[in-house]
Amino acid sequence: MSWSGAEPELIVEARGLTKRFGDFEAVRGIDVAVRRGESFGFLGPNGAGKTSTMRMISAVSRPTAGELTIFGLDPRTEGPRIRAGLGVVPQEDTLELELSVRWNLEMFGRYFDLPRAEIRQRTAELLEFVQLSDRANSRVDDLSGGMRRRLTIARALINQPQLLILDEPTTGLDPQARHLLWDRLYRLKREGVTLIITTHYMDEAEQLCDRLVVMDHGAIVAHGTPRELIDQHSTREVVELRFGEEGVEPTPARLASFAQRVEVLPDRTLLYVDDGDEALRDVHGDGLTPLSALVRRSSLEDVFLRLTGRTLVE
Amino acid sequence: MTSGLLDQAPRAGWARWRRSWWYHATVYAQTWRGSVAGAILFPFLFLLAMGVGVGHLVTAHVGQVDGESYLDFLAPGLLATTAMQLGEGESLWPVLGALKWVRTYHAAVATPLEPEDVLAGKLSWVTTRGVATGVIYTVIIGLFGALHSWWALTLPLIGGLVTLAFAAPLVAWASGVESDGAFVVFYRFGTVPMFLFSATFYPLDAYPGYLRPVVQLAPLYHGVALARAAASGHGATPALLAHGAVLAALALVGITVGRRRMRRRLVD
Ligand SMILES: Nc1ncnc2c1ncn2[C@@H]1O[C@H](COP(=O)(O)OP(=O)(O)OP(=O)(O)O)[C@@H](O)[C@H]1O
Ligand SMILES: [Mg+2]
Repeated sequence: MSWSGAEPELIVEARGLTKRFGDFEAVRGIDVAVRRGESFGFLGPNGAGKTSTMRMISAVSRPTAGELTIFGLDPRTEGPRIRAGLGVVPQEDTLELELSVRWNLEMFGRYFDLPRAEIRQRTAELLEFVQLSDRANSRVDDLSGGMRRRLTIARALINQPQLLILDEPTTGLDPQARHLLWDRLYRLKREGVTLIITTHYMDEAEQLCDRLVVMDHGAIVAHGTPRELIDQHSTREVVELRFGEEGVEPTPARLASFAQRVEVLPDRTLLYVDDGDEALRDVHGDGLTPLSALVRRSSLEDVFLRLTGRTLVE
Repeated sequence: MTSGLLDQAPRAGWARWRRSWWYHATVYAQTWRGSVAGAILFPFLFLLAMGVGVGHLVTAHVGQVDGESYLDFLAPGLLATTAMQLGEGESLWPVLGALKWVRTYHAAVATPLEPEDVLAGKLSWVTTRGVATGVIYTVIIGLFGALHSWWALTLPLIGGLVTLAFAAPLVAWASGVESDGAFVVFYRFGTVPMFLFSATFYPLDAYPGYLRPVVQLAPLYHGVALARAAASGHGATPALLAHGAVLAALALVGITVGRRRMRRRLVD
């Protein structure tokens, strides 16, 4: 054992973590600390560097620069030992397509050198959990995309990992399967498992993550609890306006007088305000007649748009 | 909660290698579409048609080939050729597929396995098949009465060596490419000529002098020569050592380059 005493509080600790592919810097010196038992999220637009980061934290991809420890161990020298305690749901499924659902689970158990009896028992339990028991003998090739995703999730749990790394785990899942997974993740968390998640679903991030970071262009642009991020980077309320055909909508500059910030999306315009009803009254008072208008509370989605967004008028 | 991660002492590399070997073996066992009967029937029919049938003609018109009957001459070459094809067939598309399309090697390195373990498991499994095929062929060749020395017992090992000598460099190649475009070219202009012109069907001295060095460049030539010597018990030791060394060198270069490329590919 390289160290003794209590297990470390920091399950993952990264300082200046960098990944370069040739000349391209996909991850630009990020600092991350994930505590034992917490559920930590990575958000960010396509190409932000989330998967590159997850692969480094999975002790697979080698950091180009910076420091990284997982379970307090150095992945460059202790990779096999670290990975023995990890469960990984990669963004893209990596299942053996020509073989059966059951075989895929059992073989993975063998990779972890688990006893056969334990593999059999866990396989049955996990098939039950992802509701694939009746498809246990089907070829993976014959499963639907969502079923394969569920199998990948089950596979990541075969070794009862202490740290579960999920890269867009719910992409392709139907709502029921998604809620089942959330439920399972809560349970794992209660049992002390640490979770690291990326997702493009902001509701999911809000539900699941104790803390999260928003990445853009390889760097962390914000971090905090979902609540903190919303308080820091958005207003209390949002007015969503739809103006129908193009050309009819008012210029952002005109709307800017009613709001702290205006966000023009292809299908709607968002006004960031403290009091939504009041702002809406102002809009109508100015002679504007949106097709529809909705007042709601700010969400992570708004934070995300703000931090990584496209059209932005203050 | 589960027992602590830190209770799980790291296992030696060979234990991970064994798991990777087992993985490849069970995938093969589960997906194999052929039959044992077919695997035995082919060499049997080939030796019947070419060794016995054509052999009659050769004996009638030419007499002995390199001091042997044509059947004795041909049979060990069949073993080496089959070993080569085995090494090739397992190494190009299956490896690129596992790296790029189905990505099962990426799944493997998300477990305690290292890229080197994946490579070792792959190559040792293919070599195992080479040896097993060598056993089957040796028995069949023996049934045809074409074995004349106790050295023939080494034929399965020669089969394994030939398989590895092809598999290792080809796996290394496949681990470094992004598309399978060149694989077909390799088959058409590499494998097929090598199969036909490695002194498998007629001896080296049937070639004009200026072509002989070219034939000798073909890796398969060395496998055929080695197998032939084992079956007959004749052969000059230095030449045999040289043949063996060529094959071993190919395997070694393949493994060395393959380890580097597999690692770069999987952990980028
Ligand atoms: N193996 C690689 N070689 C070269 N470039 C790469 C490689 N992997 C990723 N990249 C680049 O690094 C950047 C970050 O990719 P990454 O997959 O980490 O993004 P992401 O945040 O996971 O995006 P997404 O939401 O689309 O999954 C992208 O520009 C991508 O093209
Ligand atoms: Mg990604």
